[in-house]
Amino acid sequence: MTDNTTNAAVTHRHDWSSDRFQGNLARRRRGEKILAGLGLGAIALAFLMLAILLWTLISGGAQAFRQTHVAIEVPISAELVDPADPSEGNYRNVVRDAMQATFPDAEPSELRALSGILSNAAQFVIRDKVVADPSLIGQTVSINVPASDPYDQLQKGNVDTDSDESTRRLNDAEIAAFQQLQDQGRITMPVNWALLANADSRFPELAGLKGAIIGSAYALLVCFLISFPLGIGAAIYLEEFAPKNRLSDIIEVNINNLAAVPSVVFGLLALAVFLGWFGMPRSAPLVGGLTLALMTLPTIIIATRNALKAVPPSIREAALGVGASRQQVVFGHVLPLAMPGILTGTIIGLAQALGETAPLLLIGMNAFVTAAPSTPLDAATALPTQIFIWADSPERGFVSRTSAAILVLLGFLVMMNAVAIFLRNRFERNW
Amino acid sequence: MTTVKFTVSALAVIAASATAAAARDQIRIVGSSTVFPYTQAVAEEFANQTGAPAPIVESTGTGGGMQIFCEGIGENTPDITGASRSMKKSEFDLCVQNGVTDISEALIGYDGLSLAVSRANELDWNLTLGQVFLALAAEVPQDGAMVPNPYRKWSEIDSALPDTDIVVLGPPPTSGTRDAFVELAMHAGCESIDEVTAIAEASGNEDWVDENCSRMRTDGPFIEAGENDNLIVQRLNSDPNALGIFGYSFLFENKDTLKDVKLNGVEAGMETIASGDYPLSRPLYFYVKNAHRGVIPNLQEFVEEYMSENALAPGGYLEERGLVALPDDERGALQESVVSASAKLDVTE
Repeated sequence: MTDNTTNAAVTHRHDWSSDRFQGNLARRRRGEKILAGLGLGAIALAFLMLAILLWTLISGGAQAFRQTHVAIEVPISAELVDPADPSEGNYRNVVRDAMQATFPDAEPSELRALSGILSNAAQFVIRDKVVADPSLIGQTVSINVPASDPYDQLQKGNVDTDSDESTRRLNDAEIAAFQQLQDQGRITMPVNWALLANADSRFPELAGLKGAIIGSAYALLVCFLISFPLGIGAAIYLEEFAPKNRLSDIIEVNINNLAAVPSVVFGLLALAVFLGWFGMPRSAPLVGGLTLALMTLPTIIIATRNALKAVPPSIREAALGVGASRQQVVFGHVLPLAMPGILTGTIIGLAQALGETAPLLLIGMNAFVTAAPSTPLDAATALPTQIFIWADSPERGFVSRTSAAILVLLGFLVMMNAVAIFLRNRFERNW
Repeated sequence: MTTVKFTVSALAVIAASATAAAARDQIRIVGSSTVFPYTQAVAEEFANQTGAPAPIVESTGTGGGMQIFCEGIGENTPDITGASRSMKKSEFDLCVQNGVTDISEALIGYDGLSLAVSRANELDWNLTLGQVFLALAAEVPQDGAMVPNPYRKWSEIDSALPDTDIVVLGPPPTSGTRDAFVELAMHAGCESIDEVTAIAEASGNEDWVDENCSRMRTDGPFIEAGENDNLIVQRLNSDPNALGIFGYSFLFENKDTLKDVKLNGVEAGMETIASGDYPLSRPLYFYVKNAHRGVIPNLQEFVEEYMSENALAPGGYLEERGLVALPDDERGALQESVVSASAKLDVTE
């Protein structure tokens, strides 16, 4: 009886099959579905944006990974190149001779335009060959050099040959000459290693990222050497030694705020302090690295503190319990256990620094430098500033090269993040 | 501990090499973003020809370049600055004050500013400078007084012009291109309107045009599109009714998608810019510190290469990049005086 009444009362209050409950349930399930749907939608939108970004970059940049080359035979006459001093020869005219040999019907007045099919580098390629082996004078040398940008664009199908002659860079005669080279099988499109192996150039067909990659590497090295030990030192002090008082709180708040300061502010600081007071050279990766270190420092301190915090107190207490000093506890136990987390944070901080442009612009790392730096004190660009320079160049060839350079930068960022994830998965311990 | 030792020694090495590398063997060049591509070309050619270390060229803008250039004499200051206008009195005073007294000025040629529109736009555009002024100025004359610009469509300025919204993309105020545009197009356009000259005369103020015709409108039709000229080119391609203002070299490189807007009936081209018939042409300069010649290795040779016929003459490699060469007689005398550093710059007003 009693059971029955209780059950009846309960059934009365919670009648799962009643309309009210069913409606309530349906509403709650609907709410859940909407939330899940919105979340999924947000992810889908984010992926769509990423896909659009990558697609535009890849479709725009793919062309830059191939470069039109022209193979040509160059007769080197002793009239133009003095065997006694081969480096001072008139190689511009040597190229002209080569075009005359290739196009026997061409008038002398047309040769200048025809020489323009070859990259400006052709004369220097020939010079270097002849200087290396002066016995070539009087003979014919075969070279395979990049075609100049307008013809590269033509080969890549970016020129509408049916359009009105006045609307394009190349006139009909120039296109016909290029067609003739093509019919002779002289035109090839090999992989554009120059994009990675050359330093910057004003000619798109010769421009490459070597200087920027080395410049970025030097800057990151300096940044790492400074921010890593300083960041760990600061974090260890704050986490393990600092008394918990108002001063420590102020320092902590400041470090967190520092991580949110816009990077251009660090650039201005570097301009005033490193270049202004210390008289360091402009455009040097050393200064770039110092500036980036200022920026990366708070990131590393915060990551390190979190990693140190994640080490359970029992480890410290056990070590102290067997008589270890505070220093022995930190360096013998806590730091090694926290290292995977610290390294992950550091790599992510460095990856951020790699993509940073604004502070580098202020210290002049957007200079035009045609040689890769050999020390951190030589003028150089960094990858993001190189992209900045190329994006602002009028030549058509730089449009696809800008996209290609962004892809290279993204490649480095993905690699660094992959290393960070690997370290985390491989070494991080869950307590 | 080893990390700490390693870092300390690494820092020491960096500090030591910093002092060792203070002696500079590369030429340093700053200055105008318009002169930048030409200096780039000379720098690369120079390095290729001589095997000397390539000069470092930085695009800082004309004004910014002058600031750095005039900081003083010595290895920490640049040797050359490019400029898309001649040096101002205030800048020269700054230079002199900091000990940079012996400067050579080199006029390298002319550069055109162009007003262009996408080829997708079917009209054959031809504007007078007066119309350009009326379309872009913050204030225009109406019934004997200056009023905020009321024009939203080209046809409101002149019924012969198309019935489309005024959309013009141009450089921001920090740009030398903008300065040149205001001076060459806006001021000239302003003065060409009779109503304005009447108001200016009535005011009795000699600087009336400078004070009242320099402001570009900020109510929408004129869009500041940033320093990146390529961006303007791309936006013109996506909006056929928009006009863009940028350096002539960008029009030269993008002839297949853009066409010129004729100004006062004259088309932008090498010949019209050189002759001065095209109204928007401006001189380009570089300035070199004579005290650095012979001290900074290769500086003298670099100046010689910059002033050589190979670079500057018609058919030279700077023309390939869009520079409009000086007439032969003018060029010859200039080459001589710049290479020999015989004419010392003195700016007076």
